[in-house]
Amino acid sequence: MTSLAAANERLLALSNEGETGRGAEAFAFAALRRAGREAFAAQGLPTTRLEEWRYTNLAELAAPAWRLPAAGAAGVSRDAVEALASPVFACGLLVFVDGRLAPGLSTLRVPEVELLSIAEARGSRSLGSLVDLKAHPFAALATALLDDGVCVRLPAGARLEQPLHLVFLSLGAGAPTATQPRVFVEAGRGSRAVVVQDHVSAGPGPAFTNAVTELHVGPGASLEHVLLQRESDATFHVSHTAALLEREARLATHAITLGGRLVRNDLCVTLAGEGSEAWLSGLFLGSGERLVDNHGFVDHAVPRGTSRQLYKGVLADRARGVFRGRVRVRPGAQHTDAKQSNPNLLLSPDAEIDSKPQLEIFADDVKCSHGSAIGRTDEDALFYLRTRGIDESSARTLLVRGFAAEVLAALPEPALAEALGDAFAALIEGVRP
Amino acid sequence: MTEAVLEIEGLEANAGGKQILRGIDLVLRAGEVHALMGPNGSGKSTLAGALTGRPGVEITGGKVRYRGADLLALAPEERARRGVFLAFQYPVEIPGVSNNYFLKSALNAIRQHRGEEPLDAMEFLALLREKAAVVEMPKELLGRSLNEGFSGGEKKRNEVLQMLLLEPALAVLDETDSGLDIDALRIVAKGVNALRSAERAMLVITHYQRLLDHIVPDRVHVLSEGRIVRSGGKELALELEERGYGWLEKEPPARGATAR
Repeated sequence: MTSLAAANERLLALSNEGETGRGAEAFAFAALRRAGREAFAAQGLPTTRLEEWRYTNLAELAAPAWRLPAAGAAGVSRDAVEALASPVFACGLLVFVDGRLAPGLSTLRVPEVELLSIAEARGSRSLGSLVDLKAHPFAALATALLDDGVCVRLPAGARLEQPLHLVFLSLGAGAPTATQPRVFVEAGRGSRAVVVQDHVSAGPGPAFTNAVTELHVGPGASLEHVLLQRESDATFHVSHTAALLEREARLATHAITLGGRLVRNDLCVTLAGEGSEAWLSGLFLGSGERLVDNHGFVDHAVPRGTSRQLYKGVLADRARGVFRGRVRVRPGAQHTDAKQSNPNLLLSPDAEIDSKPQLEIFADDVKCSHGSAIGRTDEDALFYLRTRGIDESSARTLLVRGFAAEVLAALPEPALAEALGDAFAALIEGVRP
Repeated sequence: MTEAVLEIEGLEANAGGKQILRGIDLVLRAGEVHALMGPNGSGKSTLAGALTGRPGVEITGGKVRYRGADLLALAPEERARRGVFLAFQYPVEIPGVSNNYFLKSALNAIRQHRGEEPLDAMEFLALLREKAAVVEMPKELLGRSLNEGFSGGEKKRNEVLQMLLLEPALAVLDETDSGLDIDALRIVAKGVNALRSAERAMLVITHYQRLLDHIVPDRVHVLSEGRIVRSGGKELALELEERGYGWLEKEPPARGATAR
């Protein structure tokens, strides 16, 4: 038996365990879980023989005997959360410890929005509706093990002044622990909100975060989703974000990856309503032996859609990056305006990036472009900065921060941009050519 | 005699695998402005590179003393902190790094070296405003990415602005006049002249005489094939303007052409 096949058996066994361990209260999800289980059983962990997984070998993820988190949140303080998930947006803060909502650590002062933990959102028929379980084995596994998470419902016209901050904290206490964070956002007609989905680690123990996020953006609604990955180097993080945009809807996503041993993000966006816009950006930093893989898929199903993808990668040491941005323009989706761009900066001769933008166009009156680039530190720029008294190390950091600036500047909250820029710079300081 | 700021002795250097500088001798004293002229390829920019530690300029012989220190042994940032400044012929564009932030980082790095407190945001802004006015630098260029999308003239003005902020003891201006119209030239010259002082030495590298109408040099040197072939007063520049560089090759160098 290969290591992946053995892992598949162990992971399926977990889903049985979860089923028997849960009470009747979660019964409403039984059908969804069963569908996840079947879909995962049919696919198993993907191998590098699959085009979508060609550059991302999962042997290391498959090796540990992952366990579901023990019941009851172990002593995590609010101070610890504030330090790990800085800057905390306290008006709408939900903290999940090893996948489970910790009400004592959360604060909620947003009357205009309906927030339910998944366990409370029993009977929700929408949950899972945006995810194609048969094409995404990790999303299937997360669904089979569905446990807790949050449903956000923004009524028509609701406008949130402050971001909703969802903190998913992995304890990393020792035993290899798998969690399945689940986020479902339904933005009603004309509503506006920022949702920050923030993944952090409290300890250095092995963790497997398998997150599924669904974003349903209603007509004329505007939603910003920030995915922050700043977990430990012993964390395997796989995320699946599926978004559906209705007429004149606007979605902006920001995927900022600063931590994790292996990170794979799938972002599937369907422009299902005319005149909708998707602004997808990402910044990923790889150092050491880490791997960061971003897969995006934008499906222009109707006319007059606009999509932009800007993903910037910085790879140091022996780190590897993967970018695949796929844009499909379906027949009839005229006046589509789609651009994708993936510039990368390699800070060491042993770092590597596999970048593959891809356009599939089945309509004739469209404006589409794609590009990727791989660069190294600009030695002329470095010299220029040094002739102004800035030492070499600070000059290198300044240049890398400059490279990242465009993505960070697009973040919805200046405080967030600044904190992440500083965290990013500190990590760059730590890697040297 | 006043203190020598820069003493170059027998400097030889390669660039791009070729010998470019073939024994330069030059002394700049405090308060002096020297012009270095010469045809394309004579080694003017290589000399500027050698003085500031540009990668790719390989020193193969000679010595350079700067205010008593062995300049060539110092890293580029160390030279800058001790007061050496180069206004680039082709200032580099750095996307994502705001001009403001860059200027403040540079100034505070140099202040720290001088044992001064870093300027806070308000103090820096006040100083920046004052200096920017000298070179008529539009405010919006200060908030933009460093040199990105700047016109040629704006880039050169930004170089002079940096010089005004950093107040170097030795300023080397590498063809700061190239590509400037007459208004930009006047503004740049105004900035340079504002910095002329009894403590400071300047080396103004130029291909054309016209800059020297605005920045009047104490001495003029002519560089040809990696050597200083002639030195004189400001009238030498006028002679070059009139006769070009060709005649220098035909006539033997003046006696004692060591540029002092």
